[in-house]
Amino acid sequence: MPVSYNRAMETIQIEGLRKTYKIYQKQEGLRASFKGLFRRKYRTVEAVRGIDLAVDQGEFVAFLGPNGAGKTTTLKLLSGVISPTAGTARVLGHVPWRRENAYRRRFSLVMGQKNQLWWDLPAQESFRLHQQIYRIETQAFAARRDELVDLLEVRKLLGQPVRELSLGERMKMELIAALLHSPEVLFLDEPTIGLDVVAQHNIQNFLRYYQQLKKITILLTSHYMKDVVALCNRVVIIAQGVIVHDGSLAEIIDRFSTHKVVTLLFADHSLPSDIGRYGEIIEQQAPRVKIRVEKKTVTDSLAAILQQHPVEDVSVEDPPLEQAIAEMFAIAHRDLEREAMSSGQDP
Amino acid sequence: MSEFVYKKSRSSFASLQNMLVTWWTILRICLEERLVYRGDFALGTLMRFLPIVTQIFLWGTIFETISGKIAGYSYHDFIAYYLLTMVARAFSSMPGLASGIAAEIRDGSVKKYLIQPIDMVGFLLLNRLAHKLVYYGIAIGPFALIFFLCRNFFPSMPSSETMIAFAISLVLSFLLGFFLEAAIGLIGFWFLEVSSLLFIYMLFNFFFSGHMFPLDILPYPWNYVFEAMPLQYLAYFPAAVWLGKIEGESLLIALWVETAWVLFFILVCRVAFHRGVKRYSGFGG
Repeated sequence: MPVSYNRAMETIQIEGLRKTYKIYQKQEGLRASFKGLFRRKYRTVEAVRGIDLAVDQGEFVAFLGPNGAGKTTTLKLLSGVISPTAGTARVLGHVPWRRENAYRRRFSLVMGQKNQLWWDLPAQESFRLHQQIYRIETQAFAARRDELVDLLEVRKLLGQPVRELSLGERMKMELIAALLHSPEVLFLDEPTIGLDVVAQHNIQNFLRYYQQLKKITILLTSHYMKDVVALCNRVVIIAQGVIVHDGSLAEIIDRFSTHKVVTLLFADHSLPSDIGRYGEIIEQQAPRVKIRVEKKTVTDSLAAILQQHPVEDVSVEDPPLEQAIAEMFAIAHRDLEREAMSSGQDP
Repeated sequence: MSEFVYKKSRSSFASLQNMLVTWWTILRICLEERLVYRGDFALGTLMRFLPIVTQIFLWGTIFETISGKIAGYSYHDFIAYYLLTMVARAFSSMPGLASGIAAEIRDGSVKKYLIQPIDMVGFLLLNRLAHKLVYYGIAIGPFALIFFLCRNFFPSMPSSETMIAFAISLVLSFLLGFFLEAAIGLIGFWFLEVSSLLFIYMLFNFFFSGHMFPLDILPYPWNYVFEAMPLQYLAYFPAAVWLGKIEGESLLIALWVETAWVLFFILVCRVAFHRGVKRYSGFGG
């Protein structure tokens, strides 16, 4: 569903953005390796295939998609790490790949899998360096550092070499370093990857609080749906380099979850033998059963079950978000394949 | 008008001050980082003095079997030459620079220089300066000891003008060595792996920098070949300046030529970086 935006408010504007890579296709075996010394075959991969997107100031947008869908490529384009093959993008009025210092002082990119702090030194030294690189005034620097350090509860760890911090503690330090210069736009590429549940929760809480406090624009990619549910009011789904959905989480669930999950607890400590006719049994352990019921038949099925069997407890839930998203990816993949087949192109 | 000029000069002074503070902070943090692994660093530094001992014995044995000089060099001249090239190489050699840049391109760590308002080559230059300063801090003792023990190999102290020219040649050799190797590392934007290229460079460096033997003992036309190359400034030239082999106008011209080579490689680095970044694919997630 297209979303209408007031262009004057837009922090990020993307039109027809494309990025293609030429990838060396190596055949298996030593002989092919020698052949590759003289003649190489390349394949053109379209990582991003004409994306249009507008993000307003203060939005917290999730960028979802399977691996290789083009999420990280889009973030790299918007942060100026790579240049596009075609199309335009403006972030805060700047063309990112020109890499003007005026732009680089206004955004941050945090990658969960990349460490940007000095490995052998305490994080406070990296912060000090950031102060100079980003020309942050001494008082403002001290105030922001203290605020962030207290919010993330890492004051005791400031003097400890980064290599001795846990993954979660390091991610907190990465976030502090990224926020010291008060960026107006923050790109987060899988910030909670590899973290345990507690650390994930802490980072989520912090990001939610900080975003609401500072009203900064955040684009987040993550494979953890809990991140998305906890943080984002808008979800952009990208598959094979194109946007296949742009809207709220509720819309995705509405559109792509065709079933509900019904959990029943029977009063007579046994399971009725005919329960399978109402829906697919997902889990059963007498007297409890979990069935997957088609959305449109939920009411009728429940009425029938309640009439025929003694039910002590009942709950009706949406299936896990991961399932809806996976369904959406599968549908998008099928549509794109069909489209590519009919136009005679590589999907 | 005068107020405008005053304001402008004040703002340019403030930005210069900012730049200097930034440089100092980078330098200070790089120094701290270098000092973390002090044991390994100290051992590595001290081990670099071993080759000079073997050189002294090697040339001692050679000169015992022949009498007189080799291409105008006596035993004493050779040892003095080697000691001075050791000093020159302490400035011009850049271990790990080119391979480090290529590795950062390959594994994607180069991204941090693209997203932060910082110049990658400038940052690496300060990093290397810090590396060298720590190295000199540790190596100055052994250097002083070796020069004291080998003092009889040297002719009398050169004039103050020669010593100034020597000092300039050392600073220029540091810059030349840095920008030359950085340029090789930046080729990583095209080839990703530069180790073979680096090997070829090291091979040429070994012969044409004067690291292995004094370049002026080479016969025609090889002497013209090395004169046309920038590598002589990395080891041979500073030693030749101290030993008084290049003087007067030719010394001045050589220093200008060296400066021109430095500027040339700065330009190569700039162009390589800008072109490389354009074709960069942002590897490594």
